[in-house]
Amino acid sequence: MTSETREIIHDQHTHPTNSFYLWIGVVLFVLTMLEVAGYIGEVKGILGVGAAALIISVLSAAKFILVVAFYMHLKFDSKVFTGIFVFPALLGTVVIVALYMLFHVLPGILPPG
Amino acid sequence: MDHAHAMSGHAAHPAHIDTSTGLDSRKMAFWGFIGSECLLFGSLIGTYMAYKGKSLVGPYPHDTVIDGQLVEGILNIPLTTISTFILLMSSVTMVLALSATQRGDRSWSVRWLLTTAFLGSIFLGCQVYEFTHFNHVGLKLGTNLFSSSFYLLTGFHGAHVTVGVIYLITLAFLGIRGRLGPEKALNVEIAGLYWHFVDVIWIVIFPLVYLIK
Repeated sequence: MTSETREIIHDQHTHPTNSFYLWIGVVLFVLTMLEVAGYIGEVKGILGVGAAALIISVLSAAKFILVVAFYMHLKFDSKVFTGIFVFPALLGTVVIVALYMLFHVLPGILPPG
Repeated sequence: MDHAHAMSGHAAHPAHIDTSTGLDSRKMAFWGFIGSECLLFGSLIGTYMAYKGKSLVGPYPHDTVIDGQLVEGILNIPLTTISTFILLMSSVTMVLALSATQRGDRSWSVRWLLTTAFLGSIFLGCQVYEFTHFNHVGLKLGTNLFSSSFYLLTGFHGAHVTVGVIYLITLAFLGIRGRLGPEKALNVEIAGLYWHFVDVIWIVIFPLVYLIK
């Protein structure tokens, strides 16, 4: 058996069905609607800025995980690929959080000068 | 839908391929590329977040009160919500293109690839409209901290979508020429990884730039 043939067989056996992909699409659609609802809730004064930001961030993280796990097949592929993706993704997240802290949080905490 | 049923008969472990890792080298390299892209977009998003709310002059992204007067924000949330839906749906069509290629259904493979490219083009059209509108109301690249970081971040993402659309059209062209059979499914899978990554980046950008104040 050639490596290409093995690859095809592997692909046919490890990927979910089309209907499953469509369901994921529906879930992504609903989560986006909820994100926008969170934004509208904040604009209308129903939600506080912090609460809206938290809700929207959690929903966004859920969408991120769904796409990476199912559409990019990380859930079914080798864990090596997961490691290659997750390590720099976490590093990027640390950069974002560090810059935000440096410019927005620390100036309010540290004494001037 | 029953998740277990959807996954039934699916092996959890990949088949062995004749490389030192037992994994396909092209796929390994592409995941490495995606990892490097994470760092690129991490720095761009980090820069946007660092400068968020620090512009001294308008236009501002969201409604802002300046000297007791309400200044209307420039971002068009309804338009961007629609373009976000379109990009999300393009990920669905992309994964259907891969599925059709793996089944050997060349006709549907080409259709889904072209549909994905079309949806990506609509997203780009929305971005071009948004940039043009911003330019007309005076938000140029060097107007304030918001404009510089916003154009850099969303512009880089738009450039990635443009490359993706060209990539998909090229694959669809190969499919039309009969050169995209199931034995070439990995080519479509790698294109799909790129396209889904572009989608994932927008999943991060959309709330951070447009929804969270």
